[in-house]
Amino acid sequence: MSACENSGGCGSEVVDPGRRDVLKFLAVGATMATGAACDLEGFFRKSFRELSPADVRRMTTGWERKYTRKYGKTVTVSEVGPMDGVKFGYGLDLSRCIGCRRCVYACVEENNQSRKEPQIQWIRVLEMDKAHGVDLNHSDIYYDAATVPQPGKFYMPIQCQQCDDPPCVKTCPVGATWKEKDGIVVIDYDWCIGCRCCMSACPYGARHFNWAEPSLPAQEMNPKTHVLGNRPRPKGVVEKCTFCIQRTREGLYPACVEVCPVGARKFGNLLDPESEIRQAMDTKRVFILKEDLATHPSFFYFYAT
Amino acid sequence: MAISFLRGSGRIISQGDRAYKIWVGSLLALIAIGLFAYSFQGRQGLIATNLRDQVSWGFYVGNFTFLVGIAAAAVMLVIPAYVYDWGPIKEVAILGELLAISAIIMCLLFVLVDMGRPDRFLHIVPFLGSPNWPMSVMAWDALVLNIYLGVNLAVVVHILYTGFYGKAYNKKIVIPLVLFSIPMAVSIHTVTAFLYNGMAARPFWNASILAPRFIVSAFCSGPAVLLILFQVLRKRTGLPIKDEAIQKVAELMAYAMFLNLFLLGAELFKEYYSATEHLLYTQYFWSGIGTHTTLVKYAWSGLAASLIAFFIFLVPKWRRNMTLLNVGCGLIYFSVYIEKGMGLVIPGMTPDTLGEIYEYKPTLVEWGVTAGIYGIGFLVFTFLVKLAVPIMSGHFSAVEAEPATSAPGELSAEAH
Ligand code: SF4
Ligand code: SF4
Repeated sequence: MSACENSGGCGSEVVDPGRRDVLKFLAVGATMATGAACDLEGFFRKSFRELSPADVRRMTTGWERKYTRKYGKTVTVSEVGPMDGVKFGYGLDLSRCIGCRRCVYACVEENNQSRKEPQIQWIRVLEMDKAHGVDLNHSDIYYDAATVPQPGKFYMPIQCQQCDDPPCVKTCPVGATWKEKDGIVVIDYDWCIGCRCCMSACPYGARHFNWAEPSLPAQEMNPKTHVLGNRPRPKGVVEKCTFCIQRTREGLYPACVEVCPVGARKFGNLLDPESEIRQAMDTKRVFILKEDLATHPSFFYFYAT
Repeated sequence: MAISFLRGSGRIISQGDRAYKIWVGSLLALIAIGLFAYSFQGRQGLIATNLRDQVSWGFYVGNFTFLVGIAAAAVMLVIPAYVYDWGPIKEVAILGELLAISAIIMCLLFVLVDMGRPDRFLHIVPFLGSPNWPMSVMAWDALVLNIYLGVNLAVVVHILYTGFYGKAYNKKIVIPLVLFSIPMAVSIHTVTAFLYNGMAARPFWNASILAPRFIVSAFCSGPAVLLILFQVLRKRTGLPIKDEAIQKVAELMAYAMFLNLFLLGAELFKEYYSATEHLLYTQYFWSGIGTHTTLVKYAWSGLAASLIAFFIFLVPKWRRNMTLLNVGCGLIYFSVYIEKGMGLVIPGMTPDTLGEIYEYKPTLVEWGVTAGIYGIGFLVFTFLVKLAVPIMSGHFSAVEAEPATSAPGELSAEAH
């Protein structure tokens, strides 16, 4: 076991086997309290986008080994990139959504979010008055999901809108977050410095911070992970919805689309005229949230009925 | 040479009367509290603060913003002193630079303690990391703050070093650096304002009046610190600081205070008259939203302090009364601390972007860490002033035989 594992804050550093002994020595000798020494490798590493594919593969196998040991099951860390000719889009049918929050919980399970202290959820479902229309400032996210839908109320789930002009990316001082070719905005958990500029900049409350070491019980851990998606995060970095990058880049639906009991969620390739999302956009009138901010979301809301 | 300078400096800062020792001792105690609190936060993570996803910046970032203003205010003394070659202030302009150095050190520490991953600070360093230029304002801010620190350090170290050896400082080095530090001071403040200003997601910050207000309020709070300091030094060290200099600074402050109130009024008019959805944030600050009224008392006491201070500084008879003047300094300092600290950061994020109201109040840990950082800042400042004063007044130099060579009068005479 490497010394890194006990101390907080370095959950995801890869330790190259050749240097492990040295690092172990340093980590034990230096300081368990701050976890500073076990980050030596991360300290001098390059940012994700500067790494060669071979380096990335070496890193992901390192993580696979480490997570497998830590969670006691075979964990895979994929680094599959975007496909040509694919740009993902998402549609949400407000007339169908009943506010049951199943998407919220399915997302937490699929994407290995911290369960409590801090409790992290990438999807927020807002309950609003039908009489006022979409009015975020009079919304409630703490309604009781057991008694939905309430008369006179409607429900609006909000998650990362995968903006085409993402203010979060613009503001990040270290380039730890960026937009991929298929439209997904991703975060390098090993490069993020936790300054939370992006959280201030995001108009949709989509970004969440690991205020403490995330709590992820081993038996609940989803072992099928992606390096820029649902692999376990360390303390002190930001995370958010990635359209289930580990699923959608392999042709599956995001977990929230699959779980929705009323079929309110549509997903697909915006560049494919036959896709489900394009069908929805062609036959329904869609709108985007906070269009005045010109973030150009890839996430569309509509009313099917 | 350098060694004896360092040794001499070490001797100076370690010697002092009872009051000095008590002062330094209490600062060390504050630092100890801060270290204890920070090690706790280091172990727990930022969950030890009351920051959450809804309000993700708070006390640390508020203090950072306020102190950038203090740091920038050094320029207030430097401009007239060096550009207009204006005698009475020139003697004390160096104190402004010492203040700037201490304030910037505190700023950088506040950024550091606010980071989720302080161990990765290298990622923002040019060449070693990958600063996101030119898009990220934060990347620029880190750069200009460090340059500003560097420039001021260079000037101060040079002046002290040459003063120590009884020589006049080198005009060719000092004047260009000082001139360069003027736009730098403006830029640290502007860039910090842009950090907020550029966020369209937060209407409370997304107002073009923000950067001008930052600068103007800095011209109120920064000199307030110095005015108090001048009097302390005058009394304790006999440094020849003339009343004239104090009054001149006070007069400039009165203009700045007027502008500051005017800009506030302009902003309030726009918000309340147009009364759009964006009024909510201003309302949260001034009258609260429903039962959420944490900031209201600070908002109004800050405004009251600002008004009273303005009148004290405006009326010549009042500002010439030293007691009143000091009260005014305290009031304006308090007012800007509210306005540019928590009063800026928290309403910007309350309600959050999805309309949720989370009322933020700093935890004990945040207070502790903050106290520690102020402790460090004051200690740095105390040591710097302790060094500078005898050198400036010629009581401390390597050439003990000819102590008069670096008298302040001569120091300024050399500059032009
Ligand atoms: S919704 Fe927020 S986090 Fe997602 S891309 Fe847009 S700005 Fe970034
Ligand atoms: S918190 Fe991380 S991802 Fe967000 S702006 Fe800071 S470094 Fe970038």
